[in-house]
Amino acid sequence: MSNSTAIVSVLTALLGFPALPAAAEPSPARQKELIHLVRQDCGSCHGMTLQGGLGPALLPANLADKPAESLVATIVHGRPGTPMPPWHRFLAEDEAQWIVAKLMAGFPK
Amino acid sequence: MRRSLQFLLPGLLVLLLGACAGTPVRGTGDLGLVIERASGHVTLVNTSSRSAYARVGGLGDLSHASVVYSRDARYAFVFGRDGGLTKVDLLEARIVTRVMQSGNAIGGAISQDGRIVVAQNYTPGGIKAFDADTLELLSEVPAEYAPGQFSKVVGLADVPGNRFAYALFDGGEIWVSDFSDPKRPVTKRYPAGLQPYDGLVTPDGRHYLAGLFGEDGIALLDLWQPEKGSRKILENYGRGEEKLPVFKMPHLRGWSVAAGRAWLPAIGRHEVLVADATTWKETGRVAVKGQPVFVMASPDGRQIWVNFAFPDNGWVQVIDTLTAKVVQTLQPGKAVLHMEFTPRGEAVWVSARDDNRVVIYDTRTFQTLGSFAAEAPSGIFFSSRAARIGL
Ligand code: HEC
Repeated sequence: MSNSTAIVSVLTALLGFPALPAAAEPSPARQKELIHLVRQDCGSCHGMTLQGGLGPALLPANLADKPAESLVATIVHGRPGTPMPPWHRFLAEDEAQWIVAKLMAGFPK
Repeated sequence: MRRSLQFLLPGLLVLLLGACAGTPVRGTGDLGLVIERASGHVTLVNTSSRSAYARVGGLGDLSHASVVYSRDARYAFVFGRDGGLTKVDLLEARIVTRVMQSGNAIGGAISQDGRIVVAQNYTPGGIKAFDADTLELLSEVPAEYAPGQFSKVVGLADVPGNRFAYALFDGGEIWVSDFSDPKRPVTKRYPAGLQPYDGLVTPDGRHYLAGLFGEDGIALLDLWQPEKGSRKILENYGRGEEKLPVFKMPHLRGWSVAAGRAWLPAIGRHEVLVADATTWKETGRVAVKGQPVFVMASPDGRQIWVNFAFPDNGWVQVIDTLTAKVVQTLQPGKAVLHMEFTPRGEAVWVSARDDNRVVIYDTRTFQTLGSFAAEAPSGIFFSSRAARIGL
């Protein structure tokens, strides 16, 4: 771990945010698509309001104490043995990171 | 504005007409409703004039909503995702009663005698029975499959004898609750298999089938001889091959039996599985465009219409049951969520969520008969369901 990432981890730990490597923000048009995907297509299992369905709720309170990297990995690779499918065909890693950051902060409408 | 007027006027008309004596009386056999999932509205529709005649709002979160009908086919019971249960009057185009019955619901069913409406819930997992007139709570059956462990409930269906069959996703069981005494249901349990994701009762009310997500196969219970227990059919249909990812769970409902065979979505394979509906042995499978979601037989059983999970949700395919071949591939619009046949099947209505449109097809020519705008339409439910077991 380099010094600067160590500082970031300490800072985020202090602030109560899990460490996430800085990711490129998707373009505004892509953000719109991602929001639609999460609300509608992830929503078929997690609920359109993300309050849970066959899959668990994805609201900030539900995710607060979970490491962001593992949530990103869940989205990208899925969870074998559960209905959570892998999304790497449709989402780049940094897009999954953006989604997790937004989920943890309260997902946009 | 134009659109809201369009919806408002017929509604007003209904109210005015309802208010004066000598109102032309009308049946509800050609009425139905379309769920507008994003805005908590339902659009009321007429399958003879192929148009919307009113719009009713205030139904809460309607993503994944489903509907059953009172046996007089006048009232729709709408089960919302947020646990709302709303009774809508198709004739007066208004909400009659609405209750919040749980935190997270997934659908419901109505009893054979029409007196009890039952909701199935994810959290807290279990089913709840309500008086169909008043929506007063009568009783509940928590899905506690092991001490302190509650399961999400899926696949609730009414079966003869005022009983309800359903499956426990986490518990891996089929339960049958007898509501002969609506305040004191009696429940029997049967093993199902790994992660049942939905269930159906055959149109004659005899067999309950629970589709399994966690293993290849379908659990089957003969409700005429429940003492014989459940068994597995279509086992190992995946033949040990790697499964394709499933981006949306398929739905099972009681219209999957046609031409003496059951037509069922495979899990993790782009196939419709076909089984003889007497022996329950596999008789074939049909390769299709994607992961099937709804596999629906037309009322005469001649056609099977199939829609698909993301990312193939722009397609609809039609299978001819005589040849077990795909005979038509259609592109009704973006994100096709549901299909519903008119009572005798001359037309099918298809909802395209991301096009904000309902498209109506002629089932003989596959030509479009019409279409109308609706806000993110999902489920389409016609009142002809009122007279059918398992819908
Ligand atoms: C077919 C159903 C389904 C779809 C579609 C789906 N998920 Fe999931 N997801 C699940 C299930 C079930 C779990 C819980 C897995 C387990 O039991 O560990 C889950 C778990 C998760 C988790 C981990 C939650 C936690 O508390 O650990 C995240 C994050 C997540 N999903 C995000 C998404 C996103 C983002 C999408 C859309 C791009 C999506 N899911 C689409 C079923 C689904």
